[in-house]
Amino acid sequence: MINLTIDGKKIEVEDGKTILQAAAKNDIRIPTLCYHPVLEPYAACRICVVEVGLRGKTDLLTACNTKAQEGMEVQTRSKRALGARRMNVEMLLARAPAAEPIQKLAKELGIEKTRFAVKDPNEKCILCGLCVRACEQIVGASAISFVERGTERKVTPPFGEPSEACIGCTACAYFCPTGAITYEDKYGRKVIHEELHLGPTTAIRVPIRQAVPMVPFIDTDACIHFKTGECKVCAKVCDREAVNYDAQDEVIEVEAGTIILASGFKSFDAKRIPAYGYGRFPNVISALDFERLVNASGPTGGKIKLADGSEPTAVGIVHCVGSRDENYNEYCSRVCCMYALKFAHLIHEKAHADVYNFYIDLRCFGKGYEEFYHRLLKEGTKFIRGRVSDISDMALTKHEEGKLIIRVEDTLLGMVRRIPVDMVILATGLEPGLDQNQLAKIFNISCSQDTFFLERHPKLAPMSTFSDGIFLAGTCQAPRDIPDTVAQAGGAAAEALALADKGTFALEPVTAEINKDLCSGCQVCVGLCPFTAIVYEKDEGHSEINDALCKGCGTCVAACPSGAAQQKHFRDAQIFAEIEGIFLV
Amino acid sequence: MSNATFEPRLVGFLCNWCSYTGADLAGTARMTYAPNVRIIRVMCSGRVDPQFVLKAFKEGADGVLISGCHLGDCHYKEGNYKALRRYKLLSKMLEQFGIEKERFRLEWVSAAEGIKFQQVCNEFTEQVRKMGPLNLSPNGGQHE
Repeated sequence: MINLTIDGKKIEVEDGKTILQAAAKNDIRIPTLCYHPVLEPYAACRICVVEVGLRGKTDLLTACNTKAQEGMEVQTRSKRALGARRMNVEMLLARAPAAEPIQKLAKELGIEKTRFAVKDPNEKCILCGLCVRACEQIVGASAISFVERGTERKVTPPFGEPSEACIGCTACAYFCPTGAITYEDKYGRKVIHEELHLGPTTAIRVPIRQAVPMVPFIDTDACIHFKTGECKVCAKVCDREAVNYDAQDEVIEVEAGTIILASGFKSFDAKRIPAYGYGRFPNVISALDFERLVNASGPTGGKIKLADGSEPTAVGIVHCVGSRDENYNEYCSRVCCMYALKFAHLIHEKAHADVYNFYIDLRCFGKGYEEFYHRLLKEGTKFIRGRVSDISDMALTKHEEGKLIIRVEDTLLGMVRRIPVDMVILATGLEPGLDQNQLAKIFNISCSQDTFFLERHPKLAPMSTFSDGIFLAGTCQAPRDIPDTVAQAGGAAAEALALADKGTFALEPVTAEINKDLCSGCQVCVGLCPFTAIVYEKDEGHSEINDALCKGCGTCVAACPSGAAQQKHFRDAQIFAEIEGIFLV
Repeated sequence: MSNATFEPRLVGFLCNWCSYTGADLAGTARMTYAPNVRIIRVMCSGRVDPQFVLKAFKEGADGVLISGCHLGDCHYKEGNYKALRRYKLLSKMLEQFGIEKERFRLEWVSAAEGIKFQQVCNEFTEQVRKMGPLNLSPNGGQHE
């Protein structure tokens, strides 16, 4: 440890720390411009100049890159230090008169006007080199550098042309203390939501606010470190040293007695209905996009905005997108009606816009749901019964210009209507997860025709499967809303616990068995068994059935060429006798 | 026996989970349908051994029905696909035996489709009635 005094205050710091770090730790402010904690100090701006006394000698030194030494007496606001700082700022003010931080510093130090010649009154760059250092040390691209000398010195990419080395990360603009570096937006306007990307995000982030565990992850596709090997800013600022760039996906094996599957759903991809223009019109958004948009922690802070940043005056909500439609999914997704009504209410409240709901049937089935619908009717939400045929931007009349036009057959009026709106929300339905069939194979369970997991009984055992000890919860079994999911998950947990507590389960009585003496080991049955219950014993030359896995379908029995496989209670002889018996009468 | 009064004898192999329950539903709903189909319950349509069908025809059946869950709905995941495969092969074989393929039928009837079971029974009975009795040579077609 090193002992020194700053402005008369006795301070102890670790070896190797700079005067600036020692001061910052003790809440003594030394102004800086070219300093950034994640970059190497450069001492270019010389604003941090302080008077340092050591061994009976005093000197003016820059605090950002001077290491603290034993017995130093540092004065940050002595007459000499302030005078030097004032002169430096005055010169910087001549160099970059338009730079706001310089103007502010000058005011603080009592400088009204610079005595030196101003070359360019609009200049903002103070040549602090933060951008150059960031590009080199953090991004690893070295796309910009200083060129020329003296009054001609400036920061530029090679030959003043757009550089191939630049990855467009805009880190230089981020580090620039005076706003001298700007970057152009893609469309010459602020992009708030373009398709699914509703706003800029960082490469290291917590996936969602409700994430469990609530820890950030690194998006390796976006992270500069995984592009150039440099940066590592997140590791530098994390004092818990929790950032690990070498982390890999790992397979964790857990031994469990009972399993609850809650693998959830996939939202219907609205691009599959081209007539609705999702992905073509920036103001046609899906239900999840709108959720993100209206979220208080979202890109607009919860304000409902169009792609150009303005507020909508009319919004259309299209129900049953991808549900109740022979071309996509025949079933009703259950949740869309109610979330669409919730959206209508939010739009009403937040944007004061007209809301049109295009529905087939409103299915407000739950507790308080119908009442909510009536509340919306009173609020003035417009309901139009009919399936929307298409959404376009082709205006026929003047008041349709610049709007999205929803074409729909109003089945209550019996006519085709065109409704001009600013924003369209597609109430996308719920679909089984992409890996549903794969999961079903792993867990030896079945899927119903719509590939949602099949329950043991639709009414009496809605959370059990045909595999004992495997239970279902939530939308992996069927589309359902949150209260229903919570109820089912509770039931599944209780069943799983009950079974785990009991420790045993009853087997089906009708399982198949293989007569070892008759089995020739042809293995026809092995490939047929949908439950992988049959194993061929190579050494013994015959196949064997695992009683715990066999569900008793009898497929292997019907296929066995030698009659070695028999199903208890459904033996070949028993069924032959039945057939004979039929014709006795 | 004239065809007008001919009552065909039909055997139906019904899976426990869908079709047998569907037949049960037709019964509890008091639907009336042709009583010609004699039902044998199996756990899955995949349990139906081709031997059962041949045995039924040999014992005097005029037609055989196999009925299981709809494809994708099988209680045992894919037993009905196995049944479908066997049905297609066995149909060809039956024709070679001189048994018209219209006498052998595969239908998917779910537990909720009592009405469909009623229709299948009526249609199948009517179809076989029009065809008349199955004439197999008494020694199974073998030359003495």
